Amino acid sequence: MSQDVVSANGLSLTFETNDGPVHALSGVDLSVAKGEFVSFIGPSGCGKTTFLRVIADLEKPTGGEIRVNGVDPEAARKSRAYGYVFQAASLYPWRTIERNVGLPLEIMGYSAEETQQRIARTLDLVNLSGFEKKYPWQLSGGMQQRASIARALAFDADLLLMDEPFGALDEIVRDHLNEQLLQLWDKTNKTICFVTHSIPEAVYLSTKIVVMSPRPGRVSDVIESTLPKERPLEIRESAEFLKIAHRVREGLRAGHSYDE
Amino acid sequence: MNSRGKTIPVLTVISVIVVIWYACVVWMNAPFEYDRAERAGKEIGFSQLVSNTMNQERPVLPAAHQIVEEMYKTIVLKKITSKRSLIYHGWITLSATLLGFVIGTLLGVLLAVGIVHNRAMDKSVMPWVIASQTIPILAIAPMIIVVLNAVGLSGLLPKALISTYLSFFPVVVGMVKGLRSPDQAQLDLMHTYSASTWQTFWKLRWPSSMPYLFTSLKIAIAISLVGAIVGELPTGAVAGLGARLLAGSYYGQTIQIWSALFTAAILAAVLVMIVGLAHAYVLKRMGQKPDGATA
Repeated sequence: MSQDVVSANGLSLTFETNDGPVHALSGVDLSVAKGEFVSFIGPSGCGKTTFLRVIADLEKPTGGEIRVNGVDPEAARKSRAYGYVFQAASLYPWRTIERNVGLPLEIMGYSAEETQQRIARTLDLVNLSGFEKKYPWQLSGGMQQRASIARALAFDADLLLMDEPFGALDEIVRDHLNEQLLQLWDKTNKTICFVTHSIPEAVYLSTKIVVMSPRPGRVSDVIESTLPKERPLEIRESAEFLKIAHRVREGLRAGHSYDE
Repeated sequence: MNSRGKTIPVLTVISVIVVIWYACVVWMNAPFEYDRAERAGKEIGFSQLVSNTMNQERPVLPAAHQIVEEMYKTIVLKKITSKRSLIYHGWITLSATLLGFVIGTLLGVLLAVGIVHNRAMDKSVMPWVIASQTIPILAIAPMIIVVLNAVGLSGLLPKALISTYLSFFPVVVGMVKGLRSPDQAQLDLMHTYSASTWQTFWKLRWPSSMPYLFTSLKIAIAISLVGAIVGELPTGAVAGLGARLLAGSYYGQTIQIWSALFTAAILAAVLVMIVGLAHAYVLKRMGQKPDGATA
């Protein structure tokens, strides 16, 4: 258990609202091993983002137990265990790209010299070298999201939490970024938790796919991918890919989420 | 700023105003001329009437050229040490305005920081801030002057405090909104870095609030000037644009009143413009997307 990056046991989270309690998560058992690429897929309201936010200590669970790197999420956050990539790039518009990437380093008190090195290294990793002095508005949506990934990578957290990072981008850019993300994962040996709406994206990227269903938010299926680690985009037309995608679709349907 | 295509509309509006003004000059000053002609037992012709109404010594409504002439005499020709120089009076008012503006801005920002970071202050301070502005400044200004005088404070500071009293308000309101303007994702990001409240303030809240701050400052600087002028009214008309207004009204010197008014208006416009330039400069330094630019 202790080598698991994330392990959840009977995890529940209930939001009290004016319309009564909302069970965002209910009895979630899940573990994510080091180096895995885990996708969370499911319709809105299934708790996939909430689960990610619990790992990040952005929400407090109301029941059950969760460990991140063997400690509770708050301690993990304070030990800088993870980098978080939001749905929108959330770059600060008054900072240049390099200063946006350097923001966590500034806050964590890295030296100026090391900050410069890390900015150069992570921008290179996401293929944004040469854009250091640009402001966010001068970059396309895909480039902005890459900059925000660089920002999450800048301080060497081993766990990368990504909440629908490519959801707002068009399909061509998304394919390209998916490919780059796999390369990045390969190069850096990070553990990645990735929330998505898209079945092809989840199957293409993941070593493990967690299918979730709503009301109450719960895990309805966990699929270990049999695809090889080397994945050209064409793999999405292979029989094996389609088989996994089919099982994901079945899992989503079993959640009865589309009848409501 | 785009000034092209604006010159003609602006000139048109100004000329319409000037025409209406002169029409009013004739209309409002005419009774005095008729009266004078009647007492002299003479008939007065229309062209004579018009020319007379525009050159009275104490007109009900002075003509524009009379005000310009008076302003030229009191601003350009008079030595600035002279008690009749509008530069002298303007400086006295301006110094109180600026001091009050600075204190008001600091006070406003401090209150806003407190309101945003402290729940108790959020609940308790804002109603008082709003209540403070419902008291007519004309009523409270003499009391402030008198009370401060009694404790030995006189001159610049009491007037500046009246400016402060008016100018802190837009700053508080604007800055509370500005410091709360970061969206949830931006705040969550800071949380994931385990940033301290202080770091979140300087790296996120403060830069986010700049557009709000400068918008508030434009209002604050203008009402600071109003505050300083009001503060000069109960001081026994010693010096300053307010004193000039008061002296003018005692002696029926309408031309003097209007030139003091215009000087105050020009001063306010210049101050607002300076704040506007500072605003543009700061936003440019912060990498703001220029108008019409695309990525």
